[in-house]
Amino acid sequence: MNFWSDPINFLDDWLKGVFAGWGADLLLAHIVTAAIGIIVLILFAMLVAIFLVWVERKVVARFQDRVGPNRIGPFGLVQPFADIIKLIIKEDITPAGADKFVYNLAPVLALASVILLWAVVPLAANIYGVDLNVGVMYLVAAGALGALAIIMAGWASNNKYALLGAFRMVATMISYEIPMVVALLIPTVLAGTMSIQGITLAQADTWFFILSPLGVLIFLISAIAELGRAPFDLNEAESEIIAGFHIEYTGMKFGLFYAGELLHAFTFGGFMAIMFFGGWRFFGLEQYSPFIGMIAFMGKALFGYWVIMWIKYTMPRIRIDHLLAFNWKFLTPLALVTLVATALLDKLLAGSAGWLHALVLFLANLFIGWVTVEILRATGRRRKVEEKDAEAVRTLAPSEGHH
Amino acid sequence: MTPEQIVFLIVAAGVVGSALMVVTTPRLIHAALWLVATLFGVAILYAILQAGFLAVVQVVVYIGAIAILFIFAVMLTRREMRDRGPQLNKTWWVAALLGLLTFGGLAFILSQWSGFSSLAVEIPDGTDTLGALATALVSPQAYMLPFEVASVLLLAALVGAVYIAVKK
Repeated sequence: MNFWSDPINFLDDWLKGVFAGWGADLLLAHIVTAAIGIIVLILFAMLVAIFLVWVERKVVARFQDRVGPNRIGPFGLVQPFADIIKLIIKEDITPAGADKFVYNLAPVLALASVILLWAVVPLAANIYGVDLNVGVMYLVAAGALGALAIIMAGWASNNKYALLGAFRMVATMISYEIPMVVALLIPTVLAGTMSIQGITLAQADTWFFILSPLGVLIFLISAIAELGRAPFDLNEAESEIIAGFHIEYTGMKFGLFYAGELLHAFTFGGFMAIMFFGGWRFFGLEQYSPFIGMIAFMGKALFGYWVIMWIKYTMPRIRIDHLLAFNWKFLTPLALVTLVATALLDKLLAGSAGWLHALVLFLANLFIGWVTVEILRATGRRRKVEEKDAEAVRTLAPSEGHH
Repeated sequence: MTPEQIVFLIVAAGVVGSALMVVTTPRLIHAALWLVATLFGVAILYAILQAGFLAVVQVVVYIGAIAILFIFAVMLTRREMRDRGPQLNKTWWVAALLGLLTFGGLAFILSQWSGFSSLAVEIPDGTDTLGALATALVSPQAYMLPFEVASVLLLAALVGAVYIAVKK
């Protein structure tokens, strides 16, 4: 075992050896190395978040035909640090009538719910925090803590806009959790395990986006809603409720929400990569070094993050009744049908060749997609005819009134 | 004491303490948040017992759904979120007596159980506890009937909710 083939276990053994040399017993050395590992992982996630501030600002600038930050450092790379200094020296305001403890706890919990996710993210074949056998459920549980943090922030701010924003956000989160869980069950069914690492390992032959393109789309849409980003950003609709649940937060407390949101988006890009795009796999190159796997994973996660940004800066905000109707009447039924079809076909074709299995599942997804589009088209036509009839009645009515 | 026992005692004290806060705090929202702390403590207890699935489901269902629903209900139904009157009424001693009797009865029944005074057996790494649970839920020899009955009950609740909400 050397550093280049198995870095985490190598460093772990080395550190334990150092502590044993100091006379610490095995249990204590184990606890201390585990604590160091946790701190390093959190630092890594936070450093990624600082870098993401720059990425986000640069990408949104390009979408809006601007250059973005370019003054401090090469390509404006030092800009996030200037932002951090600005946030730290801002006045820390607690609104009158705020519930102080809950108010201060909420941003910490919001960021923690995102960082918790990194415990189960496999960066490479042997670089991961912990391989839980309930990894997929763990992802949902961390999301539940995030919803709690938002409602705490909205309520404790003692501001009706904050409360309205929190209500909207939590209503979106708990509604879109359902298609997201169902979409997460598709890779679970295909891999036969809920472990995140197990799902990556199961994609040795085919990445799951070929077996379930609809699953990718459903997961992407519900992830964007879960993040509260455009087109689902009613929680911070500027013209209606100013900034939503974090309206009263200043300085670094706002910074924690902001960093949490960016890191959350990147993390969901990462989970999309793990669930559907092979995680740290990159056409067999990853077996030469775990560092190649790590680069491949980060690249795929950045791509997922870029898609989320692309949608955010292209789509207008949708109305709240449309948002809920879209979830309950379209996304949830579609997700359930896709899951049932995937599970049935996967079991029926259990013994068949890999290419046949992939082809049938892919065609089944295309078929479900086609039927969905046809149903939508028929509904749209019917609605148009009804509207035309209603219009005709309205234009006839006043002329009859004159007689 | 083993490290597990120390962690258990700390968490158990936290659970009991926050459960007490649920009933003593004057603000309804604080009560709901203390309830979240209690339920999270129970999830940690499951994790100590190596029941990872139950721990995660505890967080998803009780914190992610039920506690959030409580908070929503409290915020949407009450204008005044602070109780001003006394927190106890004349029959508080009946409730206290019943609580003590229930606790005593449960403690007595548990003390008759053979595993009461022994330490939890460590499950070796790599045991498929999740698979065993799943098999137990769908096997006729184990818990298939209760599982299906619960499913039918939930379905009935779902249909009932749709029936109440639908426009006539």
